[in-house]
Order: sequence, then C-alpha cells, then structure tokens
Amino acid sequence: MQRTRRNRYIGLAYVTPALVFVLAFTVYPLGRMIWMSLHDWSLITPPRFIGLDNYKQAFGDRQFWVSFLFTLKYTVLITPVLIVGGYLLALLTAPASRTRAITRTIIFVPVVIGLGVSSLLWYWLFSTNFGVINRILLDLHVIDHPVLWLGVDADTSNFAISTSVVWKVIGFGMILFVGAIQAVPTEITEASLVDGAGYWQRIGRVILPLTMRTVLLVTLVSVIGSLLAFDQFYIMTAGQPQNETATSVFFVYLNSFPYLKLGYGAALSLVLAVTILAFTIVQLVLTRRSES
Amino acid sequence: MTATLERTTIRAVPRPVHTGRMRYLVAAGCIAICTVTLLPLLYSVLASVKPTAEAAATPPTYFPHGFSLDSYRRLWDYQEGLLTYLGNSFGTALLTIVFTLLLTVPAGYALARFPIPGKELIFVVLLLSLIVPYQALLTPMFLMFATIHLTNSLIGLAVLHTAIQLPFSLYILRNSFAAVPRELEEAAVVDGAGSLQTLVRVFIPPTVPAIVTVTLFAFITSWNEFLGALVMMSSSEKFTLPVILATARTETSLGGTDWGMLQAGVTISVIPCVLVYLLLQRYYMAGLMSGAVK
Repeated sequence: MQRTRRNRYIGLAYVTPALVFVLAFTVYPLGRMIWMSLHDWSLITPPRFIGLDNYKQAFGDRQFWVSFLFTLKYTVLITPVLIVGGYLLALLTAPASRTRAITRTIIFVPVVIGLGVSSLLWYWLFSTNFGVINRILLDLHVIDHPVLWLGVDADTSNFAISTSVVWKVIGFGMILFVGAIQAVPTEITEASLVDGAGYWQRIGRVILPLTMRTVLLVTLVSVIGSLLAFDQFYIMTAGQPQNETATSVFFVYLNSFPYLKLGYGAALSLVLAVTILAFTIVQLVLTRRSES
Repeated sequence: MTATLERTTIRAVPRPVHTGRMRYLVAAGCIAICTVTLLPLLYSVLASVKPTAEAAATPPTYFPHGFSLDSYRRLWDYQEGLLTYLGNSFGTALLTIVFTLLLTVPAGYALARFPIPGKELIFVVLLLSLIVPYQALLTPMFLMFATIHLTNSLIGLAVLHTAIQLPFSLYILRNSFAAVPRELEEAAVVDGAGSLQTLVRVFIPPTVPAIVTVTLFAFITSWNEFLGALVMMSSSEKFTLPVILATARTETSLGGTDWGMLQAGVTISVIPCVLVYLLLQRYYMAGLMSGAVK
C-alpha cells in the first residue's frame, strides 16, 4: 500500500483494538504487579509501602527455597527424558512409511489433551488401592504391597508425576524433531552413506549436528514449561507432604489466593517472571541467530 | 522469516538399509509405543463404563465385568450438572476464539500491509506476553477483574485466555498476510476497494488455513487451561470442566473418590480435543511448526 498519510491512520485504526487489549490486560497488570510487590497488602488492610521487604522476606522464607529447589529438581529430572526420548522417537518415526506416520500421530495424541485432565487420569492410575499401576506391579511380583505413589514422599511423587508428564508431552518435542530431521538435505545423508558410515555414526555425526538448533529450542521450551509447572502437582499431590511438592507457581498461588498475601504473592510472581525471562531471552537470541 | 502456512513438505528421509529383520523390529517398536500411549486413555474409557461397585473395587479389575452408564449418570447430575460445566467450557472457548480473531485479524493485516508509525515497537508490545508468563500475572489480573466484575464470568475468563493466545495468533496471521502477493492487493486498490473490502476479498481467502490454525489453537488452549479458571471462578456454577473434575477428585458423596465418575469426566474432556486434532491435524502441525519454536 502506498505510504500516504491516510494509510498510516487506517493501519493504526486496525491495530488499535489489539494494542489497547494488550495494554489493558498484559502491560497494566505487569505494572500493577511491580507496584504491589513493593507494598504490604492483604485485601483487608490498605496497601502500605514497604520497599523491598517482600523480596527480603521471600529470600528468607524456607518454603520459597523448598518450592524453588523442588521445581528445579523436577525440571532436571524430566528435561533429559523428554529430549532424549523425544529425539529417539523422532528417529524412529521420521522416515516416510505408513506405520511410522501412524505411530507419530498416536504419540502426539496426549499432547492435545489438557494437562489438568491428564493429571486426573494419572492420579487414578497411580492411586494406591484403586490404581492399575499397583495392580500390575503386584501381579508381576515387582512389589509385595501397594506403593503410596502420590503425596507421601516427595521423590516418589516426583517420579510418578514426571512419568505422567512424559506420557503427556513427549510427542511435542518428537514432532518438532521430526520436522528438523526431515529438513536435512538428502544429499548430505546420502554422502555419508557412501562414506560407509553406520546408522548411529550418521546420526551422531550428521543428523544431530544439523538439528542441534531445534534440540536447543525444544530444551528451552521444555525447561520453561517445567519451571512453570502447576496443574499436575495441584491435582496429583496438592503439594503434599507438607508442601514439599508445592512448585514455584503453586507457592505463588497459595500466597496470592488462599492466603491473600497480595503484595508478597506479587513479589514472588516477579521473581518467577524474571527467572523465566532469562530463559526466554536465550531462546529468542537462538531463534534470531538462526533466522539471519 | 516467511512462515506461510502451507502443508509442511514431508521429504523422504533415506532410511538405513533395512534387512527384513530390522523392518519387523521397527514395526514391533511402533506397536509397543502406540500401545503404551493409548492404554491409559483406553483404560479410562473402560473404567467409565464399569458398574458402580466394580469401578470402586480394590484391587481394580483389568477389564470391565459388566457394562453400565451409571458413572455418566452421576456425572450428569453432579453439583450443577454436566451441561452447566460443558456449557461453561464451550462458552469460554467460543468467546476466546471470537475475541482472538476480532483482535488479531485486523492487527495482523495492519502490521503486514500498512505503513504505521512505530510499527516495530507496536509489534514488540503486542508480543509482550510471550516473555511474561501469564501464571505470574494472575494476581494483579484477578484484582483488576474483581473491580470490573469480570471474575466468575465466562467473558472474563475468555479475556484471560485471549491474552494468553494473542501473540501466537498475531504472529501467524501477520506472516500469512505478509505472504499474500502484492499484485492481488494492487488490483483491488485499482478497482477502488476500501481497506476493509480488500481485507475481506483479497486477504482472507488465501489465509483461511492460517485462520483455521489460529482458531484451533485458541479452542485447545481455552478448553484445557486450568490455573486461570481455578483462580477466576469461585462459584461452582461458573466452573469449567477441568476445575469441577479437580474438585470432584477429593470431594464426593460416597465417602471415597468416585473413580468411575471421574474417568467419565476425563473421557468427556478428552473427546473434543482428540477429535479436532485428528480432523484438523494438518492445521495443527502447521501452527506448531511455524509458531511454537520459531
């Protein structure tokens, strides 16, 4: 379109509704959150300015660290499984064949269902007395008596929940890896075939380096997703035992909503947002670099 | 970048030279993986049609010994009734789709095709929520919604879901509008078409696949979203499906969790997602490839 004054105003008119929406429902809450984080405020009492006291309180709060470290532990446990597992599934299903395409479609099915709903499903599968997982393990004589999977021991809960989340999201990485593997030029793979490289050698020396960017990006997306985990823990352990499995987002939720410590909740939200921001910047830099 | 939403070209990747045995191994691996993936879902469906007593049995039976729709009947009448919760979930999802399209179709068009002062800055502001996770913004949003009476409201929840979905939509649509050939647009301008006519007649038809993708993702995001719905809806008649089911997992009339009813709820929640995914797989994959990672 011509660069006329009229066009500028027309363009601005089209973009204004979205801009107003984002200013109202993203930018304003963000500013409000920063303001809240500097105040002592619990809905019943009026907000009182306290500077950085909420942040000081957070870093001295035992539960803040319990939640943060547990979230980190969960992230460190699940990310390698998602990436390595997703990549192996991609290697299996990337080549053109009907069986492989169907397998790919099926592995992706859990990705489209809700995390809340899949957590309810696995909450039942892992149930001590009513769950089929204990039944199978008992019948196979792997265990002598039912295991208390959820909400009794933090590590056992972490393992059980991670299993359910792997089932739910492994297809996401797989599909993106399949896309990257299929984009590797055929001449390159053929050339290495002529050189007499074995299958795994070709994967390690040719395919993996050429798809490394996607591996990095999926890793970051997975890490960010895991650091923001909430649904699965809220539903499957409710933070038990003693809030040991309450993740960072869970901790923010507890302070802001049931406890109504709004200022404190906002400060915690901001710490969380800054942590995520650091990872997102890395992700954007990686994307930018690959585009140029 | 040029993310047109064409079908992702599937290139034939040369397979390792397979001996006959290798082929069987691959097939066996595929079958095993599909089984592990589908069994939990299948098992949930089976549990939902077990008779009441069997659904509450310890240890659980592997296969239903009888068939009954009692679990669905109990879910139908649970609290405000299944129809209320289905209505809330579908209503919110529908509003989310409408809001998202009304905001991002014009904005994507403008950003792709008009000389706007400060365009880059506007685009960055619009994509802001990509960097700030909505989980962190829930506390101030809740307070804001409480003052403007948008808590306990499907419209309010849809606004929140739209805020989550907006950057993705805008990004996809802007790129699609940018990929429409200039000649088409110029012809319309010569014919004397206004900007809105040009949008409807020239730009929308070739970008229908992108619009389908955006609609599909808005639906799935809204239908599945849990934390926002949990925070914004405090009265039970406004709960969405995942929230009422999460409540039902602990609180029941029988004294213990009603497992059969819970799995009936899981089955019903899963059906729309799996259905739209299988029917619109092409659009789903296109969105994933151009939006999720880039």
